Amino acid sequence: MKGNPVIRANDLTRRFGNFVAVDRISFEVHPGELFGFLGANGAGKTTAMRMLSGLIRPTSGTAIVLGYDVYRQSEAIKRSIGYMSQRFSLYEDLTIMENIRFYGGIYGLNAHLLSQRADEMLTQLDLKHQRDQLVRSLPTGWRQKLAFAVAILHRPRLVFLDEPTGGVDPIVRREFWEWILDYVAQGNTVFATTHYMDEAEYCSRLSVMVNGRIAAIGSPLELRGHFGVHDMEELFLNLAASTGT
Amino acid sequence: MPTKLARVAFGAFIQKEWKHIFRDRKTILILFGMPLVQILIFGFALSNEVKHARIAVFDQSNDSFSRELVKRLDASRHFDVVSRLDHPTAVQDAFKAGNIRLVVVIPAGFENALRAFHQAPLQLLADGSDPNLGTTVVHYASAIVGASQEELLEHHSLPYGFETELRMMFNPQLEAAYNFVPGVMAMILLLICAMMTSVAIVREKEHGNMEVLLVSPVKPLWIILAKTIPYLVLSTANICSILLLSYFVLDVPVKGSVPLLIGGSLIFTVTALSLGMFVSSIAHTQTVAMFGTLVGLFLPSLMFSDFMFPVDNMPEPLRILSYALPSRWYFYIVKSVMIKGLGLEGIWKELLILSGMTLVLLFVSIRKFDNRLAL
Repeated sequence: MKGNPVIRANDLTRRFGNFVAVDRISFEVHPGELFGFLGANGAGKTTAMRMLSGLIRPTSGTAIVLGYDVYRQSEAIKRSIGYMSQRFSLYEDLTIMENIRFYGGIYGLNAHLLSQRADEMLTQLDLKHQRDQLVRSLPTGWRQKLAFAVAILHRPRLVFLDEPTGGVDPIVRREFWEWILDYVAQGNTVFATTHYMDEAEYCSRLSVMVNGRIAAIGSPLELRGHFGVHDMEELFLNLAASTGT
Repeated sequence: MPTKLARVAFGAFIQKEWKHIFRDRKTILILFGMPLVQILIFGFALSNEVKHARIAVFDQSNDSFSRELVKRLDASRHFDVVSRLDHPTAVQDAFKAGNIRLVVVIPAGFENALRAFHQAPLQLLADGSDPNLGTTVVHYASAIVGASQEELLEHHSLPYGFETELRMMFNPQLEAAYNFVPGVMAMILLLICAMMTSVAIVREKEHGNMEVLLVSPVKPLWIILAKTIPYLVLSTANICSILLLSYFVLDVPVKGSVPLLIGGSLIFTVTALSLGMFVSSIAHTQTVAMFGTLVGLFLPSLMFSDFMFPVDNMPEPLRILSYALPSRWYFYIVKSVMIKGLGLEGIWKELLILSGMTLVLLFVSIRKFDNRLAL
């Protein structure tokens, strides 16, 4: 599974005025990983993710995503990645099929490819009969899965998930992560931020951000051993306390 | 972005926008109902009642000339002579009783005066409590009196002349009723383009879709273009429907060149769209966007565009403010082309000012949009 890293960040920094949102973070993400990006609200997770997805420019440092430079090739990055945001991102006043057509369209999928993938996806989601229903009428759990399915419609090798399970009940969250693990098992890479510490256990590797810096990085097992904690919740609290927040 | 990808993406975007618009009943109502309702409301004030307006005559002379004049007034489709008054106090009473729009007072010795002094006074008293109707009624009556005078002069081949005296009771200063069509056009374009576009863009932000769109390969500029183009198309349709309605329902034809009028309207549409973009780059919720456009744009435009209140009578700071409003220039352009029939030579300065404002606004809005997205 190891090849060139999917993401390689080196001293990546972003300031907003005097405030340093992301402070010289360095890490690598490898193909086939589910990489967890943990941290409290305001720890800099979202800013880091926005830099890596080509949405905002770093202040300093370097980052290569899928072989593209975040400064000069953000267009190429945007074309190659998938992205699902913490807030619900499908259009409620459009039907399932119309949402698929729109998101497929903005990634430039042609009609033939689009209908083929839509068919596959709806069969897998068991939503074939609801394809012409408004998204508004779907239960939240289904919407979340649909949003993920739409985010990977153009088959990106790397998907960014920004707190994908916010406001979703535990059972659905679990189903959702199984889906994601499934996608990773196909050789794709997923980079997910979350502040649900129990979700960290799904990750193959994770980093914990505190005050814009990476306070710990490794697999859940390594981190538990290294810091002598029982779960990620404890680890997180320890780290937050030791850095004085 | 490769061109094929851009085309597919842009097409998908525009399709989606149309669906948003046509699926929301409130949007449809504002887009198509409002122009219709506004034009019809003003139509009733302007047009319908002026046909067969009830008028009274106080003929103190009762000679062949005065009888001929009253006959002509009654024969016109604009007026029905419903009562003949016989005492000066009856004039006030007739107005107070309502439903009389105009009283024609012909003084005693009308024909004799005309023969002896080659001049005869005539008084038209209109109900100024409804100023638009009052002006219209007086204009019609004056036209009929003028026409009668010409014909009577031909018959008698003498240099006689009537002297009409106009007095608007209850409201001596009147505004021309035709102002309303250009005014409605300016307000509707402003409302549809600025308010609807800003709300549509802010909705994407509020629902968290904007971020997903920005991470997609579609460039920010294309995103706002795709959001505004449907409203540009709808506004053009609205300009045409307002012009048709005003022609068929209000009897207000376009005196000047229609292409010139539509050209000017398109410029103003772009102005309003850029204002909408500007608002959307500041506002974070749809409510803020809506009230921002209403209070920040619509109200000042309504008050200081010379449409409702004459700007010349305002204190200097407000006059200066009115120069800064694009709708003021647009209103002037429409009024000049539509009502006065002026050509390009009569409005090029205003057109240039409006275009300049539009370019600046467009530039600022797009820059602001780009900067915000770049965070």
